Amino acid sequence: MQRLRRRLLALLAAMPCAPGRAEVLYPRLAGPVPLRFPRDHGAHPQWRTEWWYITGWLREQGGGALGVQVTFFRNRPGLQEGNPSRFAPSQLLFAHAALADPAHGRLRHDQRAARMGFGLAEAAQDTTDLRLDGWTLALQGDTYHARVAARDFALALAFRAAGPPLLQGEGGYSRKGARPEQASHYYSRPHLAVTGTVEWGGRRRAVDGTAWLDHEWSSEILDAQVQGWDWTGLNLHDGRALMAFRMRGRDGGLRWAGGGLASPGGGFRPLAPGEVQLEPLRTWTSPRTGIVWPVAMRLRAAGEDLVLEPLMDDQELDSRASVGLIYWEGAVRALRQGREAGRGYLELTGHGAPVRL
Amino acid sequence: MNARLVLGPLRQHPGRTLVSVAAIALGVALGFAVQTINGSAVAEFAQAARQLAGNADLSVSGAREGFDEAVFAALAGHPAVAVASPVLEVEARLAGRPEALRIVALDALRAGRLQGALVESGADFTDLLAQDTLFLSAEAMAWLRVGRGDVLEFQAGLGRVRLRVAGVLTAGAGRGRLAVMDIAAAQGAFARLGRITRVDLRLAPGADAGALEREVALPPGTAFERPAEAGEATARMTRSYRVNLNVLALVALFTGALLVFSTQALSVARRRAQIALLRVCGVTRAQVLRLVMAEGALLGAAGALLGTGFILLALRLVGGDLGAGFFRGVAPAARWDWATAALFGGLGVAAALLGSLGPAREAARTQPSAALKSGDDQRAFAGLRPAWPGLVILAGGAACAFAPPVNGLPLFGYAAIAAGLLGTLLLLPRLAALVIGALPPGRSPAARLALARLRAYPVQAAVSLAAVVAAVSLLVSMAVMVFSFRTSLGVWLDAVLPADLYLRSATAGDTAHLSPGHQRAIAAVAGVRRVEFLRWQQVLVDARHPRVTLLARDGAEADAEQRLPLVSRAARLPAGLPPAWVSEPMAAIQGLAPGDVLELPLAGRAQRFAVAGVWRDYARGNGAVLVDRARYVALTGDALANDAGLWLAPGQSAAPVRAALASVGGGALEFADPGEIRALSLAAFDRTFAVTYALEGAAVLIGLLGLSSAIGTEVLARRREFGMLRHVGFARRQIVRMLAAEGLAVGFAGLLVGSALGFAMSLVLIYVVNVQSFHWGMQLHVPWAALGTFGALMLVLSGLTAVVSGRQALSGDAVRAVREDW
Repeated sequence: MQRLRRRLLALLAAMPCAPGRAEVLYPRLAGPVPLRFPRDHGAHPQWRTEWWYITGWLREQGGGALGVQVTFFRNRPGLQEGNPSRFAPSQLLFAHAALADPAHGRLRHDQRAARMGFGLAEAAQDTTDLRLDGWTLALQGDTYHARVAARDFALALAFRAAGPPLLQGEGGYSRKGARPEQASHYYSRPHLAVTGTVEWGGRRRAVDGTAWLDHEWSSEILDAQVQGWDWTGLNLHDGRALMAFRMRGRDGGLRWAGGGLASPGGGFRPLAPGEVQLEPLRTWTSPRTGIVWPVAMRLRAAGEDLVLEPLMDDQELDSRASVGLIYWEGAVRALRQGREAGRGYLELTGHGAPVRL
Repeated sequence: MNARLVLGPLRQHPGRTLVSVAAIALGVALGFAVQTINGSAVAEFAQAARQLAGNADLSVSGAREGFDEAVFAALAGHPAVAVASPVLEVEARLAGRPEALRIVALDALRAGRLQGALVESGADFTDLLAQDTLFLSAEAMAWLRVGRGDVLEFQAGLGRVRLRVAGVLTAGAGRGRLAVMDIAAAQGAFARLGRITRVDLRLAPGADAGALEREVALPPGTAFERPAEAGEATARMTRSYRVNLNVLALVALFTGALLVFSTQALSVARRRAQIALLRVCGVTRAQVLRLVMAEGALLGAAGALLGTGFILLALRLVGGDLGAGFFRGVAPAARWDWATAALFGGLGVAAALLGSLGPAREAARTQPSAALKSGDDQRAFAGLRPAWPGLVILAGGAACAFAPPVNGLPLFGYAAIAAGLLGTLLLLPRLAALVIGALPPGRSPAARLALARLRAYPVQAAVSLAAVVAAVSLLVSMAVMVFSFRTSLGVWLDAVLPADLYLRSATAGDTAHLSPGHQRAIAAVAGVRRVEFLRWQQVLVDARHPRVTLLARDGAEADAEQRLPLVSRAARLPAGLPPAWVSEPMAAIQGLAPGDVLELPLAGRAQRFAVAGVWRDYARGNGAVLVDRARYVALTGDALANDAGLWLAPGQSAAPVRAALASVGGGALEFADPGEIRALSLAAFDRTFAVTYALEGAAVLIGLLGLSSAIGTEVLARRREFGMLRHVGFARRQIVRMLAAEGLAVGFAGLLVGSALGFAMSLVLIYVVNVQSFHWGMQLHVPWAALGTFGALMLVLSGLTAVVSGRQALSGDAVRAVREDW
């Protein structure tokens, strides 16, 4: 498999640079490929899409709980790859940051988007080192540092990883559909210990908490019949980490599902499509977009039966201006028989228009 | 007061009334047109600049060719900058059409943060990042007759670029004929790699623009600019032109006022008996005053309606830009503006009222008892006023002609012209007496009688003359100025077009050029003895002034002293600096003189040159500077060329060379021999002065009609006198001859005084107004033939009018005419 991937890369490198709208040949996944670190912490610009996704719960010293999201997306749109201009939009970077504060009642969020280049928007390939118009996410040692200066808030947070990357699926090969190439490279960093400051309303607050990072890249995740997906990543209080997702079809049926349960000792149990059940318990209708979001869910997977209850209902994020998507990205509590068993994030997409990446 | 009393006299002399109304209408129309069309074009420009800059706080711009894109990176990374949006603007030559489309190439992801949606919804956003697409404004779509999905072809270098129309821009993104495409795609397609033309900036909250301007060292040739200033610069650019036309409009209005004055003065004189009767019947002085003023107001209102209506019609039918070519690429949607219409209509009415004021007061002063006596008609305007006010005004005008411009406008020059006109009109009775007194006494009794009458009533003669003098002086001054300019332009064209054949990569747009390979191929064409290549671009030499054209010509350092039409040259040059020759406008605008050191931004660095001379240039109003091309290439590495001048081998005909060159250029080259360029330039000149020519024509018409109506009125007023002459034995023929002599004498006096005034005004126009507003020097050339023809025509017409009116007056019964003399 590694040979296949190398051959693909060699093929890409040898390709005459096709200008404009000419079809770009993206690398494809056909099965598990071993991941190597720290190289695979960095960007994989040949692949069509890639993201570094941090979600976490913060606690203000002497204050309440907050949800935080910092995401960098990389996209290779297949445009102007033969154009020698430094502005050529062959690689695009997007970033979202959001802060969930129940006292505020809805997300504070902001976004950035730029074509890569000029030192203004860059994604290093040797390790996680992302910058986009002053927003940064960088891995130093075992700690990720994020700095975000958004329209109405600012974040300066450090996320320290407790152990090695958690490879999702089959050693980092995470299937998203029935065909083998409908898959991504995917690893997570659960139970990140957070420290730092959050600033809004002219006041800087020291915070700490727990977070989760996903790094995922692929060329083809969604098949044409997919309407959207629901995903959750939970840091369970007993030290385990549970990830589960399902791909919903346009006909309302289930197209695929998956996930994994990691134990503190290093054990990992991947979840087959039939082993994950997500069932809406309660919906919330957005007054801005009219979309009905199933903000509370019942998750049954790997022998667990959890109720996901949001920190607050309105955690809708309108990113139509950058990645062209309206999604719900919310801090949730995982309740086992009414008692909190963990905390994490729930991501809902495609509940309005179908998702196009 | 009865409306019939007002309308009656106007209806009685429809010709005279029409002329007055036409003159007012002309002034109103001209002023209104200039204001409306300029106003909307400037607004359009300013708006286009603003819209594409979004709500930027600050912009950085430089040469039209652009500057290094590293400037963008430096600005975008500065902490005081919240958003930096790079822009590359090109005038892309449309393949197969002699026109260019303004393409604003930008980074949609960054531009989007400065303004709302760029493109109408429904468009594919990735088309804003694609290499082969562009978005058109609705105006550009209509202009090019294309729709979504169509392909446009542009000339780039000598090659072609095909771009698909992906959609339409929102109204908020841009007005006028323009297209938006991706910045990287434009850099690649139009050979502008590494170059941008503008960076729009939004500052971080609380950041200080001044600090940013101090901390970021921009390369030479670029400068910070507030978006609001872009519109001002455009307005400044066209201001001189606009002011000149507005002054012409005022002159036309003034002429109209004079015509109303002479019409009303003669009408009042004729109606002295009627007015006296009205007064006897109990009509008060104030009512008489109002009656005459109401007549004037009616004339003015009719003129105002006619003038504004004409412009409304013209805007609907023609649109256009007054032919001046200032507003290429922007189709000014000239809007009907009630306020402007009211302003110029009001000015028309005011002019007519002004013209009626004197006659109205004269009428109100009428003593019924005296006026009712017969033979009193000629008493009106009897007294000669003192000469000193006129002389003082003339002297003041002469002094004004030597004053410097005010804020870049030749206000004192205009004042000199106005003073000349006013002073001459005040002195007109004396001048008329002087001229008529100097005429040789005729041999026939008719001629002697005519002259004697005119000498006895110089003021009456002056009243007929006022409009004539104004019209003649306007005509002569404009004719002399335009002819001088046109002749100087011809001389200049001969000097700057020494080669046998010229070729250029494109006359419109800035995306076409000749590569070094093309240059070699052109030089190698059989029959070409010598080639001179020219590279030109727009550069920002001084941020306080508009961009100038930088010309780099082969061999300039060897032969500029012989070939350029120099108006001044440096006696000694600063040592060690290469020479540069600046054009007259650039020298005037930037305050440069031979021997000065000039810093030119070349390839992002300031290069020092010595100003070796100042040359006459009519082609580039904002200025131009010429340097040697070999030196330019060495300093910049830019070996492209735009134009070439070719010298053919002796005996070589141009046709085969053109054919060979055409195959080099693949159809993308344009050729012209000097004769064609000359003809085109003069045609462009004539287009620019079309308004002036139209005004000249109108002035001739007004002058002639004014003269004929004044003479005709006088003749009609003197029927009793003719009756008396018939009684004492004069033959009809003799009376007609007397009238012809009178007409000729008045026409001659008007022509003489008007021409003298016109010449003086033309000197002010040439040496003060043109130099101060456009920085164009020219030599005085007088169109003797045209002026002579006009003069002869005017004389013949004055005589004829007098004769025709006389025959009319004499057609009635002589006895009845005398009987009127109760």
